[in-house]
Amino acid sequence: MIIAVASGKGGTGKTTVSLNLAKVARRDVQLLDCDVEEPNAHLFLKGALQSREEVSVPVPEADDSLCDGCGECSSFCRYNALATIDKGVLTFPELCHGCGGCIRVCPNKALTETGHRIGVIETFRTGNITLIHGCLDVGIAMAPPLIRAVKSRLREGATAILDAPPGTSCPVVTTIRDVDMVLLVTEPTPFGLHDLKLAVDMIGELKIPCGVVINRVGVGDGRVHAFCRERNLPVLLEIPDDRQIAESYSRGELIVDALPEYRPHFEGLLDRVLGFNKTAGSDCHAYL
Amino acid sequence: MKVAFTTSGITLDAPMDTRFGRAPKFLIYDMETGGFEVIDNEQNLNAPQGAGIQAAQTVSRTGTACLVTGHCGPKAFKVLQAADVAVYTTDAATVAEALDLFRAGTLSRAQSPDVEGHWA
Repeated sequence: MIIAVASGKGGTGKTTVSLNLAKVARRDVQLLDCDVEEPNAHLFLKGALQSREEVSVPVPEADDSLCDGCGECSSFCRYNALATIDKGVLTFPELCHGCGGCIRVCPNKALTETGHRIGVIETFRTGNITLIHGCLDVGIAMAPPLIRAVKSRLREGATAILDAPPGTSCPVVTTIRDVDMVLLVTEPTPFGLHDLKLAVDMIGELKIPCGVVINRVGVGDGRVHAFCRERNLPVLLEIPDDRQIAESYSRGELIVDALPEYRPHFEGLLDRVLGFNKTAGSDCHAYL
Repeated sequence: MKVAFTTSGITLDAPMDTRFGRAPKFLIYDMETGGFEVIDNEQNLNAPQGAGIQAAQTVSRTGTACLVTGHCGPKAFKVLQAADVAVYTTDAATVAEALDLFRAGTLSRAQSPDVEGHWA
């Protein structure tokens, strides 16, 4: 089963939930940190680095001796990654999405594919957890190809937890597309509610079953809870606004290790998630 | 010699647009005849990326030798340079004022882009 942990708002606790879920799993689990612009799960696991691979996207390279400046390639490219001037063609690899269309439409076979590095994938191993994360190079603006490369490491049939980037844009959609369920982490504040609504709408479009984790319960107001009731969104875990949790986080420790009293709650969450299906309704609320 | 100006209007007294890639129109002025034509750049206003690259192709295809605009970013500049279009920047308010400055030789030719990519 593939579970994605997402949120509209940043800083609600996606990584905290992902890590603690992975830690209480009773068998091997893959943890994919898909927040490739700012991966941070490795800071909490301290696993041994097992491998490091470069990731490139295919971009066109022009042979000026074959190009007659016809402009087929640049008029085909919707990302404006090529420019045709009368002397030939210029390429802008940083704008290229790697579709390969320009190479196909070139009547003179003047374009060939070459690799443009966008980042690395690193794999760490500790205990039952294999952590795979993508790390986008500085200056690269396109996260989705690297996220897809990270997801290509998913082992068939294995339990996997995908820590998504925040928001509701392409990197998030790339992460959660094709997963079995999404856990939306939010907080009971007006910001949390606003961005939860956006995330719920996005997931509705993608037709993926989802449940909610409400973090820092005790701050804010009751509107997130009311929204979940209204929309029939199952609240699968509530984590209280406990200073000890923040303290253990600041030391780079997992809640289930530093504060064992919370362990059963994350085990319960994992059980509910693994037993989750589309028909699950509001009756599977669980309160801490 | 043809000179291109970035503008939002269709006449010489129209305001200059300080942007190049996302300028609504290009006014292409013929220095020999004093005539001009206006080319639309509307399709670039909402381009997700690469507006400067597209605009530079559009301008270079008109046979323009010089471009007078407010600012020019790195990708557009690269294309213009490759197409032998000289870039001049000005803060003149209207196309006519920019044309006078250009004709008087008071505008200096840009040797490099003057703004970062995605400058708005």
